[in-house]
Amino acid sequence: MDLIANLSLGFDAAFTPYNLLYAFIGSILGTLIGVLPGIGPVATIAMLLPVTFALPPLSALIMLAGIYYGAQYGGSTTAILVNLPGETSSVVTCIDGYQMARRGRAGPALATAALGSFFAGCVGTLMLAAFSAPLTELAFKFGPAEYFSLMVLGLIGAVVLASGSLLKAVAMILLGLLLGIVGTDVNSGVARFTLGIPELTDGIGFVAIAMGVFGYGEVISNLSKPAEHREVFTASVKHLYPTRDDFKRLIPAALRGTVLGSMLGILPGGGGTMAAFGSYALEKKIKATPGEVPFGQGNIRGVAGPESANNAGAQTSFIPLLTLGIPPNPVMALMVGAMMIHNIQPGPQVMTSNPELFWGLIASMWIGNLMLVVLNLPLIGIWIKLLKLPYRYLFPAIVLFCAIGVYTTNNTTFDIWLVAICGAVGYVFIKLGVEPAPLMLGFILGPMMEENLRRALLLSRGDWSVMVTRPLSAGLLLAAVLMLVVVLLPAVKAKREEAFVDD
Amino acid sequence: MSIRSQRDFVSGLLFVIIGAVFALGATKYTIGSSGNMGPGYFPLGLGILLALLGGFITVRSVFRGGQDGEPVGRWAWRPLGYVIGANLAFGVLLGGLPSIGLPSFGMIAAIYALVLICSHAERNFRLRDGIVLATILAAGSYLAFVVLLKLQFQVWPAFLVER
Repeated sequence: MDLIANLSLGFDAAFTPYNLLYAFIGSILGTLIGVLPGIGPVATIAMLLPVTFALPPLSALIMLAGIYYGAQYGGSTTAILVNLPGETSSVVTCIDGYQMARRGRAGPALATAALGSFFAGCVGTLMLAAFSAPLTELAFKFGPAEYFSLMVLGLIGAVVLASGSLLKAVAMILLGLLLGIVGTDVNSGVARFTLGIPELTDGIGFVAIAMGVFGYGEVISNLSKPAEHREVFTASVKHLYPTRDDFKRLIPAALRGTVLGSMLGILPGGGGTMAAFGSYALEKKIKATPGEVPFGQGNIRGVAGPESANNAGAQTSFIPLLTLGIPPNPVMALMVGAMMIHNIQPGPQVMTSNPELFWGLIASMWIGNLMLVVLNLPLIGIWIKLLKLPYRYLFPAIVLFCAIGVYTTNNTTFDIWLVAICGAVGYVFIKLGVEPAPLMLGFILGPMMEENLRRALLLSRGDWSVMVTRPLSAGLLLAAVLMLVVVLLPAVKAKREEAFVDD
Repeated sequence: MSIRSQRDFVSGLLFVIIGAVFALGATKYTIGSSGNMGPGYFPLGLGILLALLGGFITVRSVFRGGQDGEPVGRWAWRPLGYVIGANLAFGVLLGGLPSIGLPSFGMIAAIYALVLICSHAERNFRLRDGIVLATILAAGSYLAFVVLLKLQFQVWPAFLVER
């Protein structure tokens, strides 16, 4: 049993006091971020990247992963208690979770979210462990043409499954790819688009882009809106445990959510958000049993399904990253950055070259999920207090941590100027209604895509048909085209727009 | 004729300009051929694609969009100015400006400046709150970044600390 041997190797690596501590810190920080409105996991991971420089690679990744799933979890708490999704993936949880809270059932809603997430997290982790090995095998058959096609598929997938205008998202990918190739060209040594600025020969720092666009941009945009009226249902969090009837409904919903979430998570661009939306739509389709509260009025299945789905999706979205080295969403793009900082080139070779790291990270995800359940149910009171913290105290801290964080990545003030520019640009993006997430993915994949395209065409002596004559590559491109076509079909298009409207 | 989506119109134009700038810039480098790409090949292709796509978005925005014309809306100059300004002040105070001989004032001063400037982004700013917040954040950052993580920082003003 390879799987068991591998997992035990992972648990050995992860079960050191230090790594457990970092998993703990990561989960707590993540939950904190998830609970606090106005700051997402991307900005947090970007802010904390420099902090992880000093840590060993495995501990660093464990902590970052902890932040990621902690944030998913924290987001659902605010969704239920204040009707404010802390994260995009908990947008749907608001619908029924908040209604449950209004009817005095905040406790069961929170417990459902926690237990559903934990269950889904366990399954997701197992999936990750089981699928990684065969996918890695497949990855070794990939040549440059396949990698290029895979990245095309990844980028297309990311925009197809994301919300907002498809064309603008594609444009943002192209812009990201262009920004990604700023800096010294590895083949010719020519400094491209550096405007004569020496700091730019190493390329634009992706921490600066992530913090500027996601951190500053968000802060500015939040401040320009009138302060929201928040109604916190604190008094109603008394009895946590769902009733027997609740369990009868939530268990199948959680199971369905987990299956759907795990599948969507593997797809590029999937991650938690799409999984949550998909699961809610699915639960709504399934016939209600007699005596059940209708959807939109506090149905427990509307919490259990999406919450399980987004956690399972969050977990399995590590699969493309760890096996192929392709980040499926901006958070994973930052994980690539973290790995590169520690001199680990993400991709199929990680499993063989750093098995403790690979399996340790997987084991730590399970540990982190367990920690979240153990910690969060008792700590719910503290999170509720945090919810009352006014934004007025919060945003200067966010701005400060972005500034310090970006400075410490390279110890140059140039990055501080860069983050200022990116912040202004990020605000412009928000005003123009263009999603910044595809830009981040393009930015990370830009150099990789160029490199693989170059190699593929060099091998084929400049013949572009190599992309479609190699079966694997053709298959990947076909999948990308199919995705685009399906989304552009009028019927699907209307549904897609509808799905993203009701938040 | 009025534009149906002003937001799309503006973003489309922006993409055209950026794409064109990158494509033009790419022509300065060796383009090469598909079998032997120079440093300009990939950016040229991407720039042209981006400009074309931007053009399409612009044209489409004239005909397609919401009933209200999807205006870009008012710019929030106040938060924009103060947040970016706070960030710049932080950079200047932390690193100094060697070009005009301004020394570094260190992290603590930079944090106070950032918090106090940044807090103005919201209208009901109270100085006392700002100072309390800045003090907490300065102490916290000192502990976290300098004491615990041992990152290299100029903590105090350079002219007060003996080298």
